[in-house]
Amino acid sequence: MQPHEYMEDREMLKMIEESVADSAPAGSSALAARGITKAFPGVLANDRIDFDVVPGEVHALLGENGSGKTTLCKILTGLYRPDAGLVLVDGQPVHFRSPAEAYAAGIFMVHQHFSLVGPLTVAENVVLGWTREGGFRFNRADVEDQVAAVAERLEMHVDPRAQISRLSVGERQRVEILKALYRGARTLILDEPTTVLTPQEADQLFISLRRMADAGESVVFISHKLDEVSALCDRVTVLRQGRTSGSADLREERVDARGLARLMVGRDIHFERRSRLAAAGEGAAVLEMSGVSAVDEDGSRVLTDIELSIGAGEILGLAGVAGNGQLALAEVITGVRPSASGDIALDGEPIPSGDVRAAVDRGIAYVPEDRMGTGLAPGLSVADNIALKAFRRPEYGRGPFLSRPRIEERTNVLITEFDVKGTVDTLARQLSGGNAQRVVLAREISSQPRLLVVATPTRGLDVSAMETIRGLLIDAADAGVAILLISEDLGEILDLADRVAVICAGRIQGVLDAEEADVEEIGLLMMGGSVERAEGTADAVD
Amino acid sequence: MNETLLVTLLAAGVLYGTPLVLAGIGELFAERSGVMNLGVEAMMLMGAATAFWTSQSFDGPGWIALTVSLAVAAATGTALAAIYAFTVVTLRASQIVAGLALLILGGATGLSSYIASIGDLARDTGKHRLPDYDPFGLADLPVVGPLLFDQNILVYGSWALVVIASLYLYRTRPGLHLRAVGEDPKSADAMGVNVVAYRYAHTMFGGAMAGMAGAYYTLAIAPNWVDNITAGAGWIAIALVITSFWRPGLLLVGAYLFGIVTSLGFTLQTRGVDLPSQIFSAMPYLLTIVAVVLVSSGWGRGRLHPPGALGDPYSREDA
Repeated sequence: MQPHEYMEDREMLKMIEESVADSAPAGSSALAARGITKAFPGVLANDRIDFDVVPGEVHALLGENGSGKTTLCKILTGLYRPDAGLVLVDGQPVHFRSPAEAYAAGIFMVHQHFSLVGPLTVAENVVLGWTREGGFRFNRADVEDQVAAVAERLEMHVDPRAQISRLSVGERQRVEILKALYRGARTLILDEPTTVLTPQEADQLFISLRRMADAGESVVFISHKLDEVSALCDRVTVLRQGRTSGSADLREERVDARGLARLMVGRDIHFERRSRLAAAGEGAAVLEMSGVSAVDEDGSRVLTDIELSIGAGEILGLAGVAGNGQLALAEVITGVRPSASGDIALDGEPIPSGDVRAAVDRGIAYVPEDRMGTGLAPGLSVADNIALKAFRRPEYGRGPFLSRPRIEERTNVLITEFDVKGTVDTLARQLSGGNAQRVVLAREISSQPRLLVVATPTRGLDVSAMETIRGLLIDAADAGVAILLISEDLGEILDLADRVAVICAGRIQGVLDAEEADVEEIGLLMMGGSVERAEGTADAVD
Repeated sequence: MNETLLVTLLAAGVLYGTPLVLAGIGELFAERSGVMNLGVEAMMLMGAATAFWTSQSFDGPGWIALTVSLAVAAATGTALAAIYAFTVVTLRASQIVAGLALLILGGATGLSSYIASIGDLARDTGKHRLPDYDPFGLADLPVVGPLLFDQNILVYGSWALVVIASLYLYRTRPGLHLRAVGEDPKSADAMGVNVVAYRYAHTMFGGAMAGMAGAYYTLAIAPNWVDNITAGAGWIAIALVITSFWRPGLLLVGAYLFGIVTSLGFTLQTRGVDLPSQIFSAMPYLLTIVAVVLVSSGWGRGRLHPPGALGDPYSREDA
């Protein structure tokens, strides 16, 4: 696009926006957007978006990654200034030049990356940078009492004296919300707040948000999770490709997840549910673990007596609250972490403990949870990342030398096959979450593994990327790969897995048949309980 | 009573510990903001040289000469620290490299010796020396008298500094902001704290304190000039910040301990105990090694950790 054309576009849009802004009333809204337009070179991120939140409601802003949600929120909170259109607070036009001005108007945003200082306490973080009241002196006890009072009102249990670094992610999120309310927030914008939470923590969050709304404050809930939106929100505005593609009042109309998905993606979404293996787990076992234990760096035990087996073409789901040994289990199998005791065998042959190279050579592929640190080297190109694990293979080079053309040729094949939006030279860190995950999967699946260990493969991805990733996993299983699917999303596990193993505090609490398992039963096992029927099933499988 | 070994040693601890307290608190503030300034020694030497030159060439009453000399030393240290802050905060240069550069610029083989040679500072002994004050007339009390009530203004000032520094860090909002800037500048910035301003201000305060600490050598301990008069005290001040786990109260205790150890060699020698002096001059560094091991051990890591962003340049754009 030529620069002058770009300017003309913007001028024309501005004219349109002004007429829109004049025509639309925004009387009772706590926060409203009228004809918001924001262009970045080559992209129209927001295109005449209308949006409004009334006091006392939880309003969902739903859209895929790249649909313009984030840009809109950055405009609403003063990080960006719109090219055209108006932001109104209580019906009055405002022109925020910085987040501080938005704070002053009572609009706060809770980002996915928290702005909390780990070694400081909750109370210290709550007043950090807040100079409007309190003056020079910092009266710790006073602030702690005030924070406790707000926390009480919202049923957000958090100790104001606790150090942030000792809190769980869910508790830290509560501190972010408390911080906003302490500073007099009347409209709270939360950017995909449940991504980092366990189901229980998410429920707790919903209760608190509901309380805020009942007290007359407004909540904007950004999400791409359809079930959450229909469970929590009063109204929903759906964005697609920078435009408002629809809105609905969920209290009046019955809009199901499928309908919302159609608004979001513009077509029907089909999540594949697996047709189960007729005899799950009865095929020849690919992975067998018996009595496997492992310890942490400081010697504390993270895995205890793990007994698991996965057959060819089987998907075994590993369910559990984050941090209960899932990472250790994945690392022990892939050789990243040595086991303290027990045996791991692949196709009946034992694999040495703590030997990544052996694991790779024997056909164990790994899609780690930490996509951009462990899964990919962010500073290397897509081609280099593809070659990372396979560079020893003869087709990639001659002797000690790598053959650049062959690596690029191979990468181009995979880019097409796995539908990666990027080129061989694109740096990994420039890829979106969905594309980065496609590159990891392309590398791992194309290595023709016997066993594929995948950890939270769809976390943070939008529905269409999720659809693709799930499809890839199912295709791999159908091709006979044994898959260990570690996920905190129970719905995903139940959709994909043949059997579900539940882990708690480093122990397998039980193994259930996915067809018969119900969510409550799994939930109980996740919390460390033991259900009689679950135990029985586990015994039967072992 | 007041001539016993104990009192003599404690008095020496205060005498030699005071410049360590001054420079140490200054460096502690800089490090709390995330800036490690390895050039403390250079700022001290420059403070020592400029203060001595000022006091030697000043015509007028002694107390004015001393006040002006201290102000000049503080200003010199501040100016050097400002240059340093510009390179590491604004230009985001490596703090190690910039700190060593500052050391070469102002240190024993650099500007401080040059100033001393053009001012011919080594020719005469000092005209002025900071007097001791006994504000309550209690200097003759046993043991505590000479220690608490018979000191010069910089000693009293250093005590006030420690108290104010502790209150500032933990009981004021700027102190809270300072800790946040040193731990996690990104979050502090997001909460509206001006990271750059805090780093400049506290690094420059550290420079002022280092300059005064240098002046203490030429105006209080021994009013004359020899090159490298601080003899590595700047490094000990940096070590003290670590051994005190970035806490002002502990830094004072540590500084006096180091002061005692420094003086132990010649105090014992004058009393007929003959041990190689190298043992005593090595002691501060041995203490430092023990402390550093403690800080980085599993036990210390959770409790006594250094400021999280210490040594890291900050830029809003970096992800």
